[in-house]
Amino acid sequence: MNDMTPVKATTPKDWETDQEVRWCPGCGDYAILKAVQRTMPEIGGTPENTVFISGIGCSSRFPYYMETYGFHTIHGRAPAVATGVKLANPNLDVWIITGDGDALSIGGNHTMHLLRRNLDCQIMLFNNEIYGLTKGQYSPTSRVGTNSPSTPYGSVDRPATPCAFALGSGARFVARGFDVSKNLPEVLKAAHAHRGAAFIEIFQNCIVYNKDVFEDFAAPKGADGHQLWLRNGEPMLFGSEKSGGTKGIALDNVGLTLKVVDVVDGDWQSAGVIVHDVTNRSLAHMLVEMPFGEFPMALGVLYDDPRPTFNDAVIAQNESASAGKSPDLGKLLAKGQTWTVAEGHPET
Amino acid sequence: MRPAYPPIVFLTLQCASNGIRRKWNKVAIKDGLERMATAFKDEQTNGHTPVQSDAVVVRFAGDSGDGMQLTGGQFTLSSALAGNDFATFPDFPAEIRAPIGTLFGVSAFQINFGSSAIDTAGDQPDVLIAMNPAALKTNVGSLREGGLIIADTGEFNQRNLDKAKYSTNPFEDGSLAKWQVLAFDISALTLEAVKPFCMGNKDALRCKNMWTLGLALWMFDRDRQPIIDWLNAKFAKNQVLADANIAALNAGHAYGETAELAGPLKQYHVDAAPAPAGLYRTVTGAESISYGLVAGAQLAGLKMFFGGYPITPASAILHHLSRLKEYGITTFQAEDEIAAICSAIGASYAGQLGVTSSSGPGIALKGEAMGLAIMTELPLVIVNSQRGGPSTGLPTKTEQSDLYQAVYGRNGDAPMPVIAARSPVDCFDCAVEAVRIAVEYMTPVMLLTDGYIANAAEPWLVPDLEEYKPFPVEFLESVPEDGFKPYARDHKLKRPWVKPGTPGLLHRIGGIEKEVDTGHINYAPANHQAMTDIRSAKVNGVADSIPDQIVEQGAAGAKLAVVGWGSTYGPIKQAVRRKRAEGVDVAHVHIRHIWPMPKNMTELLKSFDKIIVPEMNTGQLKTILRDQFLVDAQPVNKVSGQPFTIAEIEAAIESALS
Repeated sequence: MNDMTPVKATTPKDWETDQEVRWCPGCGDYAILKAVQRTMPEIGGTPENTVFISGIGCSSRFPYYMETYGFHTIHGRAPAVATGVKLANPNLDVWIITGDGDALSIGGNHTMHLLRRNLDCQIMLFNNEIYGLTKGQYSPTSRVGTNSPSTPYGSVDRPATPCAFALGSGARFVARGFDVSKNLPEVLKAAHAHRGAAFIEIFQNCIVYNKDVFEDFAAPKGADGHQLWLRNGEPMLFGSEKSGGTKGIALDNVGLTLKVVDVVDGDWQSAGVIVHDVTNRSLAHMLVEMPFGEFPMALGVLYDDPRPTFNDAVIAQNESASAGKSPDLGKLLAKGQTWTVAEGHPET
Repeated sequence: MRPAYPPIVFLTLQCASNGIRRKWNKVAIKDGLERMATAFKDEQTNGHTPVQSDAVVVRFAGDSGDGMQLTGGQFTLSSALAGNDFATFPDFPAEIRAPIGTLFGVSAFQINFGSSAIDTAGDQPDVLIAMNPAALKTNVGSLREGGLIIADTGEFNQRNLDKAKYSTNPFEDGSLAKWQVLAFDISALTLEAVKPFCMGNKDALRCKNMWTLGLALWMFDRDRQPIIDWLNAKFAKNQVLADANIAALNAGHAYGETAELAGPLKQYHVDAAPAPAGLYRTVTGAESISYGLVAGAQLAGLKMFFGGYPITPASAILHHLSRLKEYGITTFQAEDEIAAICSAIGASYAGQLGVTSSSGPGIALKGEAMGLAIMTELPLVIVNSQRGGPSTGLPTKTEQSDLYQAVYGRNGDAPMPVIAARSPVDCFDCAVEAVRIAVEYMTPVMLLTDGYIANAAEPWLVPDLEEYKPFPVEFLESVPEDGFKPYARDHKLKRPWVKPGTPGLLHRIGGIEKEVDTGHINYAPANHQAMTDIRSAKVNGVADSIPDQIVEQGAAGAKLAVVGWGSTYGPIKQAVRRKRAEGVDVAHVHIRHIWPMPKNMTELLKSFDKIIVPEMNTGQLKTILRDQFLVDAQPVNKVSGQPFTIAEIEAAIESALS
């Protein structure tokens, strides 16, 4: 961002384009778009210094609807394009918009390397567990047995867990939310505040090809008792009287796994409920792997422990390697083992 | 220039004055340090006066681990410092350290140096230095009849003979009769030379290449000091290694002076080649391209972003640019070829000069992203150092078989300018030209070289950068009077380049079809027709900015035109020169701008009675010429992974006119 330029406060309206939104009516993408447009003024963003970069798929139409700079690239390659953008101009606030197929199937390689390198950007992965734009084939996050045009007898391969993939790739920020969650802006703000690659999995309801696959935990139906909203420094509590009482997540000291415990009269300490520490990488690994059903869905910021970024390291090296040297190409060409042919030498 | 088949090279030269021709005959040797493998006898030349040749072709061949590329490189340097013109041809296997002594593990380096213009690495070596039986076996066939073999008998043991599939020792079975043979135990001589340094046998023998280089330096009357300086610098951290290698170099040099050899192996001196005055250096194609890209970025006033992924033979460009950060260059070794080009596109979008580079298989992977750059109309330079294909093909061998891929190889109607460099030196200007076209037309540009050009070295009159006309980029930074349209066009049909971060010019781009002017998504039939036409017209319009096609030799209207592109330049030039000297009406046309071609091309090509197109592929330029100009271009093809020889082109000219 330009130094010393007073930042004019924006409103969500300032982040909307004049383009007609082309998602299906009722698509979860609308809610995510609204959440992002609500978040941008709150993080003090400036539209001209913000770039949304996407791949291919329903979610990847996103940049057309944001009044910022935007680049709708090719399938799976948004992280690679974003890397070039950020290295060329580190002052830009770079957001990558991708989907489960885009980020984990055709673009899995780029997602892995962007996270490993820790490019300073936000990656919003809209996970609807289906290929929407190609009319409903199963995706790398579809559950076993998913019936789709390409798997009429049900899919047989196991799905990837996006947050586990991110952690395994070396991500230093991993968060989860879902399309209609009122907490989504908070998650986005935390992601933006993290310097480095911030990975956010957003469960998104594809109402045409994979309707309500998240309803067991997403609002409104599954909200109570199935959402574990993680907050740093706070105990991992979920559920209410209505859903069968307050429960918590504790460590099974014998099996070194997580377990669900009942919390009586609010006494979570004696129930052994874990206090969330966003810098605890081992805990993050356990949280992303918690099997839903027996456990609630872990949501919010699962892990946040910044490390130096790739772009900072590249620029620091560019600067240190250039220090004291002048970009005189003529001198460079004349360097090394040369010889001179004197005037008067007969020419060919 | 020397004739196609010089009757003799150098061994006879020193004897020319007394009318005696010396011929070496092999005598039986077994082993032992000082036993010479050759003797010689004088014989009358029967009145034949040998002609002094002004050029010599030497090939160093050995095991991949013998350091032949290094030896050749240093011999090249000494040729350069001696003022010779030269061309080199490094020819090495894809395996880094193939099993020792095997036929497929042979690595060779050929240099043609002379006292007049040299354009090719030479059709046939005059001298073959063979470090083991496999090197002899794989290379002796190309040695000129009567040429000299220098071989290390220390390596000609039964085991190595077996590995090279020799059933009998070639020094004893008469199979080398048509060549002169100087075979002796270089291994033992090297061990003797480095004895004072108390190295292990294995390490000591690694100095063999320097011993051989020392002998070669003596043979061609070269100064040892630059090589000694280089060894001292190379082994600055290990003085023993430096000293041992220098001792080996000196011993090889001294050996040349020994009494035993003084008779047949007199020194041969190649005069400096006439050349325009100025400062010279040697340059390989990969270096030349790297410097040309830097120059192009400076002329455009841009920082450069280079996204690359390691691939033979293109990696050297990534290596060179990685060391030039002070020129405003960011290099990025991406996770794959696709990320390499996509990151470069991202950098171009953000306002730098995006560059990527690869070879055939990697270029194929980049295809979809090239389409994105075409659709979003962003500047980008894609360097393709071609190699033998298809698939993995011949990674270390040269070919020109990516022309179709360059011109036609993308989905949709995806026109893109293509230019081709003809030599290592030419790479510099071609790289500058690629950058110019990319930024002046907001388009990706493909620059074609090949494995031969990338690795080969030649002398280079260091260019005066002041003579290059700058083409500074102007970014659009404020809303024009008639409003901002991301796909508005100037007279060249170029759209504006807007850097993200610019207030007031927010817009979105992408690979979906754009609406004329606004750049919004638009699938309407008439709009796609219009945009397809505009993209095509824009690229065709590049022809307005390039010079007319010149005729290198001969003139329009000749009976025969030899039309080439890329690294066939050297052999075509020499072949046409020789044929013209014989009175044949043949012209040489060499095309740099492959797409679009110069505007006079139709008229020029139609002026010739016949056209032949020598290419290291199965006829790709031939097809394009037929397609674009409806001329009867006839193919002359070679796909052996080796460059054309001059003789092959001469034969093609003769056949076309017969």
